[in-house]
Amino acid sequence: MSQKSVVLYLHVHQPYRVRPYTVFETSQSHDYFNAPSDLSSIDNERLFQKVADKSYRPMNAKLLELLHTHPDFKLSLSITGTFLEQAEQWAPDVLDGFKQLVATGRVEILAETYYHSLAFYYSQTEFIRQVELHSKKINELFGVTPSVFRGTELAYDNSVAQWAEAAGYSGILAEGWDGILDWRSPGYVYRPVGTESIGLLLKNYHLSDDIAFRFSNRAWSEWPLTADKFTHWLHSTDIDAPLVNLFMDYETFGEHQWSDTGIFDFFGNFISTWCDLTDTPFLTVSDAITRHQSVGELDVPHTVTWADSERDLSAWTGNDMQREALRHLYALEHDVIRTDDPQLIADWRKLQASDHVYYMSTKWLSDGDVHAYFSPYDSPYDAFLYYINVIRDLRWRLMKHHNIGRLHG
Amino acid sequence: MNILMLGWELPPHNSGGLGVACYYLARSLARQGSSIDFVVPYSAHHPDSEFMTIHSATRLDPLQRNGLNAYDSDAAEHTSLDKADVNDLQSMRGVQKRYVQYVEQLLQKVTPDVIHAHDWLTMEAGIHAKRLTNAPLVVHVHATEFDRSGERSGNPIVHEIEQQALLIADRIIAVSAITKAIIVQQYNIPADKVEVVHNAIDAEQLSNHTYDLRTYQYLELLRSEGYTVAATITRFTIQKGLTHFMRAAARACEKYDKLVFLLAGDGEQRDELIQLAAEYGIADKVFFTGFVRGKQWRDAYSVADIFVMSSVSEPFGLTALEAAHHDSALIISKQSGVGEVLDSIFRYDFWDTDRLADQMIAIATSPSLSTTLRRNVAREYTRLSWDDVAQKCIAVYQASRIGVAV
Repeated sequence: MSQKSVVLYLHVHQPYRVRPYTVFETSQSHDYFNAPSDLSSIDNERLFQKVADKSYRPMNAKLLELLHTHPDFKLSLSITGTFLEQAEQWAPDVLDGFKQLVATGRVEILAETYYHSLAFYYSQTEFIRQVELHSKKINELFGVTPSVFRGTELAYDNSVAQWAEAAGYSGILAEGWDGILDWRSPGYVYRPVGTESIGLLLKNYHLSDDIAFRFSNRAWSEWPLTADKFTHWLHSTDIDAPLVNLFMDYETFGEHQWSDTGIFDFFGNFISTWCDLTDTPFLTVSDAITRHQSVGELDVPHTVTWADSERDLSAWTGNDMQREALRHLYALEHDVIRTDDPQLIADWRKLQASDHVYYMSTKWLSDGDVHAYFSPYDSPYDAFLYYINVIRDLRWRLMKHHNIGRLHG
Repeated sequence: MNILMLGWELPPHNSGGLGVACYYLARSLARQGSSIDFVVPYSAHHPDSEFMTIHSATRLDPLQRNGLNAYDSDAAEHTSLDKADVNDLQSMRGVQKRYVQYVEQLLQKVTPDVIHAHDWLTMEAGIHAKRLTNAPLVVHVHATEFDRSGERSGNPIVHEIEQQALLIADRIIAVSAITKAIIVQQYNIPADKVEVVHNAIDAEQLSNHTYDLRTYQYLELLRSEGYTVAATITRFTIQKGLTHFMRAAARACEKYDKLVFLLAGDGEQRDELIQLAAEYGIADKVFFTGFVRGKQWRDAYSVADIFVMSSVSEPFGLTALEAAHHDSALIISKQSGVGEVLDSIFRYDFWDTDRLADQMIAIATSPSLSTTLRRNVAREYTRLSWDDVAQKCIAVYQASRIGVAV
């Protein structure tokens, strides 16, 4: 029997996408996220229902079945506030599905920002407010309090870890990127530089991406991936390491990898096979940190994320449009917060989702690989245009509210 | 491979983009080892064309040929080729008949592996050449009668010639997916017979001149005051969609007043456009240059911050690449083929004037958007190459020869 344990962590998120919002609507309509009846428009409800059918409903059912069948099966989830709001509004059954998972006592929920934002890098006060909002929401809906933190997009550096420890978290997650690990294995718990006790878990991106990205790729030399093959890899990777951290989007199952690729069957077989082969097949993130001592200190002065080959923030802040959009948005913080207007504050916060600036990324264009570009918009320029029009409208509302100030273009 | 190429013009005796495209295509084909006999309907000296053999079908000088106006099919009389008078070189049909006869004679001396005919002007000659030689016919469509006639039905004779040639051709090359769609839908040609081969642009095609700030001094002063210049450089015909552009200009000014519009060119819609500008109350913001050439033409690109291609139907639209070269941000109608080879542009449906207005305002008010668009599109147009176009054409020739005895 193997002594290795898998730490499976899935990220659940849907943003409120900005609908095609024109300059002629600024100062007229303040409804940025709900599409008119026009079918060609970006419609968050329709998109949510689509993903619910393809991923949330079947995967929740699959997970619940596996939890019932295998008493040793455990996993961890991060669920954003914007996802929970949409589920409450449009798919209460999906929310119930998650509640059932958590009620088994073997599904841990992580802490993060409510709005899936990169606020840590723009406003600490706003960042902390969003983490608190998220924790409160999780407690209301699931009756649990998160104790392990994950940054949006798995953004991590020493300062995030230091903040998380000070805020009372026992653990934190990051990408197990070669640039920070060097010769080390991601299969151990580490201690971040400048902290005393918080445990750092690092994603094994090779094995995670075998499922998340390569599973259905017929050009991949290992296609088709089977449960036997995959569990064999789990055993043979870093043979002495106690952990294999598989971190990925929840939507991998059914949405990124469609049902007809066999992803659900593979997942079920993998869980069953692994449970039969190992003493402690699965640990939640807290279990992993409690059971395993840190093997050493890890220094990450520069921010790493789980995106792109660069593993930095460039997918969100790499071009001038993205930086300008974020600058304009966070410049409004003080005036937005002091309105005490819940609707206005919520709108401003929904615009902080990292997704918005991701849609403005032009990295794909320069690679000539537009098809890799995942966005509801025709182009990054369209994404920017609608977003800036919304910023204009926010300015207009602030001007009206405070009865002072200027629109600035 | 021996190519018999049937064209209507070559630089410097061209009145538009067709001649330029033919020249650079032929040059790249020759560089890749093809031997080209190129037929034109006039007699003139063609500098820098040693890479091919140019044949003159008539003794007309290029200016007389230009008088026939290849771009306005209305000028073609409604005559079938049988009835055309081969001695009447004042008429398009007469010249075309002479062109066909010349090609027939030429084929006694040359033996092509493939016949490559450009647009309706030479399609009849292409059909005759195919009958005489049994060599495969490739018809290259740079524009159809549907594009030229805008919203009107067009010249029935021209349409008939296109229809026949598209049916008889072994393979068809379309300059864009838009043009392919027209060929498939309007002429009922099977889609798998039509290959899309986009045009390219050559660095030397692009005007490398020193911008003279004095040419559009007034506009430059406005720019220094923070105004943004949105320009279009084109013929003022229905095909170009300029009335929609004018409406968008008016809509944009409702929201943002530091915009001015440069309409460089001339054409049948000029008076209508001037009247529209006044009707919309933006007459002081719209600048009509009249017909521009030389320095005025080149400098119009340089003064533009935004280049708008508002065409209702544009098979390709080389001017957009010229604008990209001059560091303009591009807004291109979805009905323009050039948009298919560029990523870093704004797209809109030609009738969606609010969208166009929105896009112009966004560029005018956001330096980062403007910079990103301009920087990225510059990288994209330089990727295009005539050598790639020639390679694709050779692949089409090879496909056309399958099944033909060689």
